[in-house]
Amino acid sequence: MKINRKTQLDSEIPTASMPDIIFMLLIFFMVTTVLREYSGLPISLPKAKRIEKLKSKRHTSHIWVSKEGLVSIEDKLYSADGVRHIMYEKRVSDPQLVVSLKADERAKMGLISDIHTELRKADALKLNYSSKTAVD
Amino acid sequence: MAKQKRRFKGGEIPTSSMADIAFLLLIFFLVTTTIDMDKGLGMVLPAEGEEMEINKKNILNCLINSTGNVLLGGEAVDIKNLARAVRQKIAQNDKLVISVKAHNASRYEDYVRVIDQLKQANATRISIAESD
Repeated sequence: MKINRKTQLDSEIPTASMPDIIFMLLIFFMVTTVLREYSGLPISLPKAKRIEKLKSKRHTSHIWVSKEGLVSIEDKLYSADGVRHIMYEKRVSDPQLVVSLKADERAKMGLISDIHTELRKADALKLNYSSKTAVD
Repeated sequence: MAKQKRRFKGGEIPTSSMADIAFLLLIFFLVTTTIDMDKGLGMVLPAEGEEMEINKKNILNCLINSTGNVLLGGEAVDIKNLARAVRQKIAQNDKLVISVKAHNASRYEDYVRVIDQLKQANATRISIAESD
């Protein structure tokens, strides 16, 4: 009986360091969290196989293109030739800028190539065609 | 003196609820974190005014029409077989530049599929021609 009691006393989980562990987790999530800033447009992305991940969300700026031909940046609608000014400003403030083009799969190429031209004029040359992973 | 000591005894911050507060914050950040990474096909556009002359022999035209059919160097190719065809052409000429030209009314989906196929064929020199 005595031996039993002793083992029961030792079988408690030490909780003194729990706040420290939780704080560590908290700090990890605080550092990695980037709050979703913009809601964008409703689109269905095209599918592709040779996909690369974007390295950093902080250096990424999105352009949404819907199937109706709307162009949205930071939840404001632009015409195709209005893209240049805003992207140029972004390019100046962040030289590592990568533009993620979130275009609907039914969008017309005429508009997409207009955006290409505007991005070239704005010197925002790193482009990423946002797409889903294709399954065979 | 005795009174002063008593005052100091009362000056402690309660730390027993600290874990709970930290837990709440942790849950908030867990919920707001978006894990879904942005992914897609990478592409570097040429700088403005950097058009260069390329020998006609080294250009392979890849045209996409409005119905999603692809013409590779004058031959109609199914998009699914594009990677294989391009790989063969690159094997013959490693300086080959593939010039992708899409019709204004063609769908973005077809364009992405073509770019994806070119990437699968390890084509590094891809040029996006502006449609007239």
